[in-house]
Amino acid sequence: MKHILSVAVLAGLPSLAMAHEFTAGDLTIDHPFIFESAPTAMAGGGYMAITNTGDTADRLVAARADFPRVELHRSFEEDGVMRMAEQEDGIEIPAGETVTLEPGGLHVMFMGLNGDPFEIGEEIPVTLTFEEAGEVEVIFNVEARMGEGMDHSGHGDMDHSGHGN
Amino acid sequence: MKSLLLVAVGVGTLAAITGAAWLMRPTVDEQFAQCTGSAVAGGDIGGPFELVSETGETVTDADVITKPSLVYFGYTFCPDVCPLDSARNAEAIYLLEEQGVDAQAVFISVDPQRDTPEVVRDFTDVFHDDMIGLTGSEEQVAAASRAYRTYYRAEPADDPYYLVDHSTQTYLVLPEHGFVEFFRREATAEQIAQTTACFSAAAG
Repeated sequence: MKHILSVAVLAGLPSLAMAHEFTAGDLTIDHPFIFESAPTAMAGGGYMAITNTGDTADRLVAARADFPRVELHRSFEEDGVMRMAEQEDGIEIPAGETVTLEPGGLHVMFMGLNGDPFEIGEEIPVTLTFEEAGEVEVIFNVEARMGEGMDHSGHGDMDHSGHGN
Repeated sequence: MKSLLLVAVGVGTLAAITGAAWLMRPTVDEQFAQCTGSAVAGGDIGGPFELVSETGETVTDADVITKPSLVYFGYTFCPDVCPLDSARNAEAIYLLEEQGVDAQAVFISVDPQRDTPEVVRDFTDVFHDDMIGLTGSEEQVAAASRAYRTYYRAEPADDPYYLVDHSTQTYLVLPEHGFVEFFRREATAEQIAQTTACFSAAAG
């Protein structure tokens, strides 16, 4: 709780209106966000980049928020079929590396929205639990899916090549 | 080539679906030759379907495919890949609009149990006002999926948060001509828009 340091920085990427980050020990959690969802949506995915500047690996083992179920998931493609699987052992954050939860791959899966969708501008408090760094409270920003003034240069920053790893 | 097809089909059900999709693309008419990467013979994907529209009405392929259409099968409970692919397809439609090409994106649910007409309407509206959402009975959805040779399999539904495995290719379907091309997940909005524009122009 005390070790949260929130720093807002401007991002150069068009789809990221405002980046923000949180730190805990050797971990930096960069720009947690969720895309807006439809009014009747039942689930949503959360994304962020986690950097471990320390000498030992850490592991994201859980995410907790005010929804009936929150899990760590990974989408992956197998023989042309898309699957999702809960990451029951969590997500390893190797020493000196950045692990990015991004569309088409690792994500926090929020389930049971029950008529309370993610709306643009909303801030969703989430508690992340790491094996070493412990509990970290972060804010997931809810962002537009199809960005206003989207530059139509495509989704280069949401490359599909990441899945399957 | 024949042995290649046999191998592809023998590799396994899922691989066969993908392989078959590649190998069974329709005979490329001369008129579309410049739009497609390779000329492949045989096969029929697509065709008639009967589904339920965003407003709860029964609709057929003739009602839906009134312009070049990017057809995708998915489910709205899928929070990650389906929105990502749908956003990409919507982006392709926006790019086509900028070029003056009238096209549309169509999302067909493979999760009719949870995806009511209202849910697919709301889901598709996030990406594009004109994106069409379709659902139906279990039988209607299964028939449409079979026609397009897509694969889906839901986890046992005793858990309300069940997931569904599903194929993710996007089909380009033209009025009169039917299915003409498909796109993998790796295809960019630009690539899809470019190919769609080509087919659209060639279709006249």
